[in-house]
Amino acid sequence: MAFLTDRKRATGMGSAKSGTHHFWSMKVSSVALLFLVPVFIFTFGGILGSSYTEVTAYFARPFPAIVAALTILVGFKHFNDGAQVLIEDYVHGLMQKVLIIVLTCLSYGAAAVGVFAIAKLAL
Amino acid sequence: MADVNRGNRPLSPHLSIYRPQLTSMTSILTRITGNAMLIASLLIVWWFLAAATSESYFAVANGFLTSWFGDLVLFFSLWGMWYHTLAGVRHLIWDNAIGLEIKTAEKMGYAVIGGSIVLTLLTVIII
Repeated sequence: MAFLTDRKRATGMGSAKSGTHHFWSMKVSSVALLFLVPVFIFTFGGILGSSYTEVTAYFARPFPAIVAALTILVGFKHFNDGAQVLIEDYVHGLMQKVLIIVLTCLSYGAAAVGVFAIAKLAL
Repeated sequence: MADVNRGNRPLSPHLSIYRPQLTSMTSILTRITGNAMLIASLLIVWWFLAAATSESYFAVANGFLTSWFGDLVLFFSLWGMWYHTLAGVRHLIWDNAIGLEIKTAEKMGYAVIGGSIVLTLLTVIII
């Protein structure tokens, strides 16, 4: 028997705090990727298959390097947000929390490696 | 009133009894393509890291990515990318409460499937 009112039980849960934040950050990153991804496909796709010297010279230029770094950064943030919802939909309890932590480490780790590599190529 | 029935409610008929609809299939495919692109993304990050490390390491990563298997992964990821992009645009439109009628949603579903195939082939031809 619970002595809480419906109002008391709902207060502080879900949307009462930051319910739309996740939705909004996905929306912002999706619009950013809408511009970044096609440019990345054609810059990266154009140079893929070239020699080592051509590739390193290409990503020493500002435009391809900045596009690649932004795409990796925003792309992995967007992936992290999306895959988190995937986990939340199908996995519950402790395993849900563990998987979300693993996912976050993977996303930010991969993004950091990518941005580091591009910075090293560009500088 | 405060003692709500939790977890013991009747369930609605489940997935197995529904005929697959275009709208649900395109929605599921959006999730699958979005998450499957992780593989290509990690390969590309590895390729960048190898290029930033040394010429010999670059040869390893570049050799894998430009092999027939790498080509296959990148080709399907390219389609997944265009599909997910177009499906994402559909979501951005839906977010404004536009195009939610079943007829319109299905039309956009066909446009997403067809458009993603056309864009993939165009990209392959251009690159």
